[in-house]
Amino acid sequence: MAEEKVALNVPQEEQALAPRQSRAKAFILKFIGRKTAVIAAGFIILLVIIAFLAPALEPYNPATPDYDAILSAPSAKHLFGTDEYGRDILSRLLAGSRLSLSVSLSSVTLGAGLGAILGILAGYYGGWLDSLIMRTADVLLAFPDILLAIAIVAVIGPGLSNVVIAVAVFSIPSFARIMRSSTLAVKQSLYVEAARSLGCTNRSIMWKHIFPGTVASIIVNFTMRIGTAILAAASLSFLGFGAKPTEPDWGAMLSTGRNYLGVAPHIVYFSGGIIFLTVLAFNLLGDGLRDTLDPKIQ
Amino acid sequence: MSEPLVVVKDLVKTFASSKGLLSPKKYVHAVTDVSFTINPKETFALVGESGCGKSTTGRLVMRLLHPDSGRVFFDGTDITDYTENQMRPLRSDMQMVFQDPYGSLNPRIKIEDLIAEPLKIHTKLSAEERRKAVHELLEVVGLRPEHADRYPHEFSGGQRQRIGIARALSVRPKLIVADEPVSALDVSIQAQVLNLLKELQQKYELTYLFISHNLSVVEMIADKIGVMYMGKLVESAPKEELYSNPLHPYTKALLSAVPIPDPTHKHNRIILKGDLPSPVNPPSGCMFHTRCPNCTEQCKAEKPVLREVSKDHFVACPYV
Amino acid sequence: MAEVLLEVNHLRTEFRKRKGKVTAINDVSFHIDKGEIVGLVGESGCGKSVTSLSIMRLLRDTPGEITNGSVILEGKNLLELSDKQMHEFQGKQMSMIFQEPMTSLNPVMRVKDQIVEAIRLHLDMDHAQALKHTEEMLTLVGIPDVQQVMNSYPHQLSGGMSQRVMIAMAMSCYPDLLIADEPTTALDVTIQAQILDLMRELNQKNGMSILLITHDLGVVAEMCSRVMVMYAGRIVEQADVETLFAHPKNPYTQGLLASLPRLGQHVDMLPSIPGTVPDLAHMPAGCKFAPRCKYAMEICAKEEPELIDMDQPGCKCRCWFVEQQMKEEAKT
Repeated sequence: MAEEKVALNVPQEEQALAPRQSRAKAFILKFIGRKTAVIAAGFIILLVIIAFLAPALEPYNPATPDYDAILSAPSAKHLFGTDEYGRDILSRLLAGSRLSLSVSLSSVTLGAGLGAILGILAGYYGGWLDSLIMRTADVLLAFPDILLAIAIVAVIGPGLSNVVIAVAVFSIPSFARIMRSSTLAVKQSLYVEAARSLGCTNRSIMWKHIFPGTVASIIVNFTMRIGTAILAAASLSFLGFGAKPTEPDWGAMLSTGRNYLGVAPHIVYFSGGIIFLTVLAFNLLGDGLRDTLDPKIQ
Repeated sequence: MSEPLVVVKDLVKTFASSKGLLSPKKYVHAVTDVSFTINPKETFALVGESGCGKSTTGRLVMRLLHPDSGRVFFDGTDITDYTENQMRPLRSDMQMVFQDPYGSLNPRIKIEDLIAEPLKIHTKLSAEERRKAVHELLEVVGLRPEHADRYPHEFSGGQRQRIGIARALSVRPKLIVADEPVSALDVSIQAQVLNLLKELQQKYELTYLFISHNLSVVEMIADKIGVMYMGKLVESAPKEELYSNPLHPYTKALLSAVPIPDPTHKHNRIILKGDLPSPVNPPSGCMFHTRCPNCTEQCKAEKPVLREVSKDHFVACPYV
Repeated sequence: MAEVLLEVNHLRTEFRKRKGKVTAINDVSFHIDKGEIVGLVGESGCGKSVTSLSIMRLLRDTPGEITNGSVILEGKNLLELSDKQMHEFQGKQMSMIFQEPMTSLNPVMRVKDQIVEAIRLHLDMDHAQALKHTEEMLTLVGIPDVQQVMNSYPHQLSGGMSQRVMIAMAMSCYPDLLIADEPTTALDVTIQAQILDLMRELNQKNGMSILLITHDLGVVAEMCSRVMVMYAGRIVEQADVETLFAHPKNPYTQGLLASLPRLGQHVDMLPSIPGTVPDLAHMPAGCKFAPRCKYAMEICAKEEPELIDMDQPGCKCRCWFVEQQMKEEAKT
């Protein structure tokens, strides 16, 4: 093509194109219209900032006990009160935000990555591979999430890194399912057939043509699953499978606080409240993203 | 005469349509015993109504589908049983232009990358050379090089079809299968795209398999025409011959049904009775006998064969 | 002179968008006589469907709003009627058929129930009478096996058959005006021929007027006695069908007719109109066709021409160039 200068008598399209409308801008405009989702997003951004700045924000060292102020109620000195060792609850919650967010993000990212790969392979190739992947996913989905996580942790042992693995494993099937159905839908589109007629390899069809079309649904599920993951990690810690009691994990704090419900209910209120708010925020954000990204819901 | 570029022999393709778990499997007879040849630099048009199997035939020639039986030869090679991997290098010689300019371009990829994609697959050009080639291609099809970094949704239907053509053209194919390339476009834009296709054919010595339901469009672009009905080729002839001397009753009805944009024109219209039969349950004998004005008992029983009645004029009807 | 059935005057419909309003159609004026088939042609996005929806007042579920003009059917301005009065008109005095017969029928209702419902809404009939009437109407539109079709669901019918059902339904209350919006575009040529034939027959037998909206100039030439050509929301030319096809005045009509591939006319290259149709949000000032027009003058880019009367009776054209030529001819 390049060797030849071409000058054909083709009528030039005189008309200028419509002014550019950026996709990102359109998305933001649409998203801003959904008030609850915007508030949820704001809350999550705040939480992430806090997690980053936690060491600087903590009024006390979250691990240092203060035996003069054991189980003290919220006061000017300790805004959220202290726990059974006199450790500052606010400091521990701030430190815990790092832990919770990193555990949930890494586990869902791991689950999403593996689930997406399996889902796209199942959807694209079909046949026995599809049956194998999807039936396995069905088996995993048949277990209640938390039971599965407990079983996994019971096998590979407690500890935060194992919690990450357990939560990742039970996230895989939902991502694989979503990815498979999106792949099946996009696979039918004419532009995928066009790509085949050009001679694209299967791999480039999957990654260049199919995958970008499925990202929206993955993002939505990702946000939703983070809420679940935080809850699951907290539950595991609560049950004693996750973080050690010394670690400032929200679930672990809730678990120990339970013992002092009568004398110092603030421990449970604050740690339970933050879990509740965070999970709610991620779910609301997920809803908002789904409404903006999904062209079917308008 | 040189060797034909495409030879298609007795192609058959059926699709299984399974409606429910318990109901017996049904088969849609999409293409039945279709044969034709296309010579280099020639335009062969397949015409027929929706569901007549013309698009399936196009996809069989492109080997996007695998025929149940019959053979496809491209440039002298039998490609019927080629695997996807064996087909890949051949795809630079055969490209396709699709009907729907909205669906056939990936909305998430820039024009530049869309047009460069075949070049990336089939040539060893550097990124810079590809850019240059894309800009030239855009000019060839009547768009501007500045359009390269736009996305498909910023273009009108006609412009998108030009992009689709530029994409197909980028690897300098020998054959372009054009599946209803202008039927989604407005009249004034349709003429632009048809002219473009014709100019490109002369310039680059292209061979077209042109699939259309519009007989007026086909008359402008085709050299030879094949008329399909219910998956079968019922008549095939050079253009002038077909339009001046249509022989098959279906071709006659089809030609007479085309509305003529001339109020003074008086029609002797043949109005066919009834609807198209279901391809799941095709009629016995001649496919057309349920609607044919001169149907006989023989038509209901015997399948007519395509025979040559005069030079290059084939008809599948025993009564002509 | 024939009696006027429908008169549309200076109709303007605007669509609300996030950023202000866009004008979909403007200054649309025409009339339809009793028993006449009138064509409204134009390319996609030219406003021909908006025109029909505006006349039928079916814009309620769209962001569209009629902001000017009047639609007078048998002496009554439809735009001033209450919703309830309008319902009386819809279906009874005028009805409409659409491009996609499949999607215009309720998929979960049997054909007969849908037609019976439509009939009983407007005609004073009991169920048995309405059922009998349905049978008559379906026979009238040439459906071979009426009983079977009556008991089918829409998805069991072919495209041509469901368009016949739509026509039967639209005809069932003997409307004075049928608005047919691209009635055959989704159909194959041989089926299209059947449906057009049927519409012509119904027009001749019952004296029903038809406003035929289409992009296909061939269909117009065969069906209509008069034609309006629309471009970018305006009627740019109006004439009887013979005059329009033989001596088109407006440069757009000329271009459109020239760019048609015609059967039996062996051409190598088709003359084509350069450029593309402007989109509603970015209309050029002045004449909307000026950027694509080979006769464009200075004034065309600035001011929009009026739809003025031509020398031939009933012919109108909206073009500065034509207007100028007429003035010059008048001088000499």
